[in-house]
Amino acid sequence: MTNTVSSPRVPDTAPTEAPFTADAPFTADAPFTFGHAPLPEEADVLARLSVALREHARDTGARDVAYSVVDSPLGRLLLAATEVGLVRVAFEREGFDGVLEHLAERVGARIFRDADPVSHALHELNEYFAGERRSFDLTLDRRLTTPFRGEVQRYLPSIEYGQTVSYRDVAEALGRPRAMRAVGTACATNPLPIVVPCHRVLRTDGQLGGYIGGLEAKRALLSAERRHSAGHRG
Amino acid sequence: MSALLPFETAVDQHGTTVLRVCRAVLGVHTDAEDAWSETFAAALAEWENLASSENVRGWLVTVAHRKAIDVLRVRTKQGTTLEHAPEPHSRLGLPQTDHLDLYRAIAALPPGQRSAVTLHYLAGLPYADVARESGISPAAARRAGSDGVRTLRAALTVNVSSPTTPTVVTQPGTGTHQADGVSA
Repeated sequence: MTNTVSSPRVPDTAPTEAPFTADAPFTADAPFTFGHAPLPEEADVLARLSVALREHARDTGARDVAYSVVDSPLGRLLLAATEVGLVRVAFEREGFDGVLEHLAERVGARIFRDADPVSHALHELNEYFAGERRSFDLTLDRRLTTPFRGEVQRYLPSIEYGQTVSYRDVAEALGRPRAMRAVGTACATNPLPIVVPCHRVLRTDGQLGGYIGGLEAKRALLSAERRHSAGHRG
Repeated sequence: MSALLPFETAVDQHGTTVLRVCRAVLGVHTDAEDAWSETFAAALAEWENLASSENVRGWLVTVAHRKAIDVLRVRTKQGTTLEHAPEPHSRLGLPQTDHLDLYRAIAALPPGQRSAVTLHYLAGLPYADVARESGISPAAARRAGSDGVRTLRAALTVNVSSPTTPTVVTQPGTGTHQADGVSA
């Protein structure tokens, strides 16, 4: 690495005498700099161009996934949909970048931000969080799960709002009493948490068990459901 | 195998640079915006291959530069120069005058210098790539770059009236991911 100056190739770094530069640090003698981030005017233009690009992708069928990041009582959620339906609900703790990369690998990399395709899901989630909705009426795209896990996940909505069952209960209900561990995995890998209520399944000893959104989220969902159930009865 | 890059992430990460490249060639003008759109539409059409590329930025920058040059050729044939081109539309606010000056100065450079300045200084491509793109030797590309910068510096220094240099803009990114603080 030392003194191989004989190479005709120039260093890749931008020289410091640049009058302006996109990536290199601002230098004292530079009369102009752009900085890496867009200027306000550029941001406006880019926002407009990005909208047109998204529409182009949507209209030409060149979009694999549309997603939106929304606020919720459990922190920010990423909602993603395909042409088929809602394909992923992700908690911030999962890391949205990683979630998108996984979607890119499993569904397709032509991923766009667009709130429209997930607006119905968002609406129902808001109703759910407000205690006004007990089950979801959404078209789901279940391609991110395996057949057995899918079977478990399809069973979960039959657990009533505000109620909990054990992993064993679910295994028995599916006629696979020994598949408790697999049921646990199916719940832990549920790509559509909240909407598919894996939070209503607990360990057989009554402990919470795991949750993709964290135990605090699981606890919060269950106590909110109990509270809203009680409220409705009273 | 490298991870697949979500398309929107590429737009977030490189959209600004691509716009600057298009404007360096075509000025702050709707033609530059059209070149931006065509560049990303081309990327979308090839995203299956590009998503795993190590150098999406290089691809976007060179394609944007080529598309912008093509538009410029058409313009030159039609006798439309940047000076005669319609005013930049200002529906969403005027660009900073400083940068209008800068783009004008870049547009006034001889083509070789303009390409070297645009690709190397503005878009951060190494001179080896600039040379390949321009069909010249790396040494010639480097020379064109430093000549271009010297010309720009002279042109811009004359125009700067205020003793204080224009502001350094360190505005946070607008992409949600930059706002998330998740991306680098």
